[in-house]
Amino acid sequence: MGETITFWVLAVVSVSAALGLVFSRKAVYSALMLGTVMLSLAVLYAVQDAPFLAAVQIIVYTGAVMMLFLFVLMLVGVDSSDSLVETIRGQRFWAVVAGLAFAALLGLGVGNAVLSAPKGLEAVTAKGNVPSLAELIFTRYVFAFEVTSALLITAALGAMVLAHRERIAPKPTQKDLSRARFVEYGEHGRNPAPLPGPGTYARHNAIDMPALLPDGSVAPLSVNRVLARREAAEGTLAPEIAAALEAEEREAAERTADRHEELVHHASGVNGSGPNGAASNGAGPTASAAPADESPATGPETGEEAK
Amino acid sequence: MTTHYLVLSALLFVIGGVGVLVRRNAIVVFMCVELMLNACNLAFVTFARQNGNLDGQVIAFFVMIVAAAEVVIGLAIIVTIFRTRRSASVDDVNLLKY
Repeated sequence: MGETITFWVLAVVSVSAALGLVFSRKAVYSALMLGTVMLSLAVLYAVQDAPFLAAVQIIVYTGAVMMLFLFVLMLVGVDSSDSLVETIRGQRFWAVVAGLAFAALLGLGVGNAVLSAPKGLEAVTAKGNVPSLAELIFTRYVFAFEVTSALLITAALGAMVLAHRERIAPKPTQKDLSRARFVEYGEHGRNPAPLPGPGTYARHNAIDMPALLPDGSVAPLSVNRVLARREAAEGTLAPEIAAALEAEEREAAERTADRHEELVHHASGVNGSGPNGAASNGAGPTASAAPADESPATGPETGEEAK
Repeated sequence: MTTHYLVLSALLFVIGGVGVLVRRNAIVVFMCVELMLNACNLAFVTFARQNGNLDGQVIAFFVMIVAAAEVVIGLAIIVTIFRTRRSASVDDVNLLKY
C-alpha cells in the first residue's frame, strides 16, 4: 500500500517534471526539472529494493552530473534560449506524432506482457543489498568493471584535451593592463580607478544606495546601472540619482561632440602638413595629447566634486 | 505493480525522445538524453525485482557510469563548439553538411 502511494505521487511528479524539462523555454528551468525527475527516480529505486542504486543516483546524477550541466550552462550563457524557427518544416508536429506512436508501441508491448507477481530480491540479497551487488560486480562482472575504469580515464583525458585552449596572444601583464586603462582614459575619458563602492559616504550601504561625494551630491560612477534602470521603469528611482545620471550622460555627449570636432580639426591639420602625415604614428600622440588638453577642463570639475 | 513501473519508464523515455527531436539547445538535448538513460535504468531495476535477479541492478550501475563519462565528453564538446561558433544551438553546427 505504501509503495502504491509512493509510486503514484512520484509518477505524477516525475512525468510532469519531464514534460517541464522538454517544454520550458529557459535551459536552467530544464536543468531544475531534470533534477526533480532524478530525485524522484532515486526514491523509486529505494522503494524497489535498490538502496545502493538510490544512493548512487543521488550522488552521481543529482550531485555530479547536474552540477556539470549547470556549470556548462553558466559557461555557455544562461540566456541562450531556443529559437522558435523550425529549420525543417513541420518537425515539431512530426516529432510529437512519432513520440505518441512510440508511446503506443511501448504501451502495447508492456500491456500485452503477462507478468507474474514480482519474485522479489529477498532470496538473492540474503547478505544485504550492497554485499550482494559487490559480489556480482567483483566476480561475474569484474572484467566490465575494470574496463569501466579505462573508460573513465579516457573520458577525463578527453574532456581535458577538448576543453584545453592554446594561448595565441601573450598574456597581458599588469603593466599592459594599467597602460591600456590610461590610454582608455586619455582617449575616452573613462575613469582609470576602480569604481567607488555603493554608499561609501552614504548613510546606507545597500547596493541601490549611491555613494555620496563629500559635497553631498551623488557620485554617478557608483550607481548600479541595472538597478537604476529597473527602478526607473518602476518609477521608484530617487530624483537625485536620476539627475546625476542625466548630468553624466550630458557630459559624455558633450565630450564625444568635442572629440568629433577635434578629430575633424586634426584631420584637416594633418592633411595640410603633408610630410608630417607620413609619420602615421604622429596622429596617435596628438590625438591622445588633445584629451590631455581637455582633461584639465573636466579635471577641476571632478576635483571640485572630490573636494 | 511491475506494469506501472514499466509504463512510467516508457513514458519518461518517450518524453526524453520527443525532447531530443524538438529542442534546439544542445544542452537541453543532452538533458533529454540523460532522461532517456534514467528511464532505462528504472526499467532495469524493475525487472531485477520482477525476476528476482540482481543482474539488472548491476547493469543499471554500469549505465550510470557510462552516462557520467558520456556527460563529461558531451559537455566538453558543447563547450568547444560554443567557443568556435558562439552558439549552443544544434542548428548552427552545419559545417559538415555539404
